[in-house]
Amino acid sequence: MQFMLLFYNTAENQTPPTDPAAAQAYFGAWGAYMGALKEAGVSINGDGLKPPHTATTLRVRNGKRQVQDGPFADSKEQLGGYFVIEVESLDEALEWAARSPTAPTGAVEVRPVMVAGARK
Amino acid sequence: MSGGAGGAPSAADAAERAARESYGRLVAWLAYQWRDVAAAEDALATALARALERWPGDGVPSAPDAWLLSVARRELLQAARHQRLHDSPEVQAVLARDELDDTAPAVPDSRLKLLFVCAHPAIDASIRPALMLQVVLGLDAQVVAQAMLASPAAMAQRLVRAKQKIRDAGLRFEEPESGQLPERLHAVLEAIYAAYGLGWDAAGTEIGSADETPSVGLRSEALFLGGLVQRLLPGEPEAAGLLALMLFCEARTAARLDERGDFVPLQEQDASRWDRAAIEQAERLLWQASQHRAPGPFQIEAAIQSAHCQRLFHGQTPWRAVAMLYGQLLAMAPSVGAQVAHAVAWAQAGELARARELLQAIDHPRLDAHQPYWVARAHMARLAGDRPEATRCIKRAMDLTSAPAVRRHLLSRLADG
Repeated sequence: MQFMLLFYNTAENQTPPTDPAAAQAYFGAWGAYMGALKEAGVSINGDGLKPPHTATTLRVRNGKRQVQDGPFADSKEQLGGYFVIEVESLDEALEWAARSPTAPTGAVEVRPVMVAGARK
Repeated sequence: MSGGAGGAPSAADAAERAARESYGRLVAWLAYQWRDVAAAEDALATALARALERWPGDGVPSAPDAWLLSVARRELLQAARHQRLHDSPEVQAVLARDELDDTAPAVPDSRLKLLFVCAHPAIDASIRPALMLQVVLGLDAQVVAQAMLASPAAMAQRLVRAKQKIRDAGLRFEEPESGQLPERLHAVLEAIYAAYGLGWDAAGTEIGSADETPSVGLRSEALFLGGLVQRLLPGEPEAAGLLALMLFCEARTAARLDERGDFVPLQEQDASRWDRAAIEQAERLLWQASQHRAPGPFQIEAAIQSAHCQRLFHGQTPWRAVAMLYGQLLAMAPSVGAQVAHAVAWAQAGELARARELLQAIDHPRLDAHQPYWVARAHMARLAGDRPEATRCIKRAMDLTSAPAVRRHLLSRLADG
């Protein structure tokens, strides 16, 4: 099964720190995490996203575009990145979510990916 | 209804129990193969309906479970074919099984797997007890709702949603790995204990016809599940601890209400009305559990109940031991209920100052709405000779009580001053 891990965090925990030592720790943690995903052979794809202030949200209503500056949900914790992984069950996906650098400070949403041709 | 402790089970009870065993095993096995609880239940319901049509004329087959299983499997396959999905691995697995059908002697017991699925961390904790009762025991949503004092429509909807989550979210249908087992098992045991507790809550609201209420059924269902887990996991002391705990509580059922139907608190109960055989059975279970030298919250809670039951044998409650056990329980599993009981036990052991200090130290956002807290405060105020404070606290406790039998008991306290 494929699962998407969506990493939510507050702005201060999401942007790479400016302090060089803290930045090294930040990138080190994500580097190690991505390395572990790759080594386990479960990683399909994934990326970090630029900060929420770069987001633009669009709706089409009555044929007209409504474009809004900012992310879809105006909440304290924002989507900062995602991975799609291939594992046997939710239990394993939760294991990977728990190992992510986001888990101790933010939240990780785990959702099964709809794959074309699969039963459900 | 035999209600677990007490009278011998009737033939009807035995038949009902056998049917429930069978139902649970079959649903569990089908759900395990199909990874879809709702589809397994539907298929088995169809198979049972067909059996009712056929068996009276054709006679009961030599292996009724295998018969039901093969009809249910065909039902699942048909549904899958209908969805043009028969090349999926799940369907292939069932097809492969179908060939060695009808003669298959025993259905492998997958009920434990299913209990772990029902108490999975991804399933909302508040629906887990109801889910287990329905999926593993086959209670219908109406009965579960009635027993849990919920509206049948809302309960049915929540159960459907939980089963959809199980089907679509990719929950693992295996026993958890050993590293995860203690935590996952605790969730299973907690849900069973919650079902048992709900049985008591509901019983308190309909005094006088206690034996007729579905809540008594709920307690016996929870006891059945507790016994099942204990049999399937004989090496897990917490499973034995929970079963012992429920049996100790069950043993005191007859003494919980006086002849007028009013609630009698534990320390005032007539111990001669307790069920000695059930207490001895619980003691044996707890002793077996203790041999593993791996204490856990359910074993400690059972030990507390065991200490209370000592009154039957020695005429008095070892309050100091009870207080120390509560101390141990709080170190493992803090809860406001245990904090209050801890304080009360010290008061009963004669250490009123310590007890009042403990009660004052409780820090909980909804403490004001916790009925036992006010009963405990009233009790300690009375011990300290502060009657106005005792009266005030009893009144608060009454405002927080909906069960008439308990309200009448508190009212009598008020009259006693």
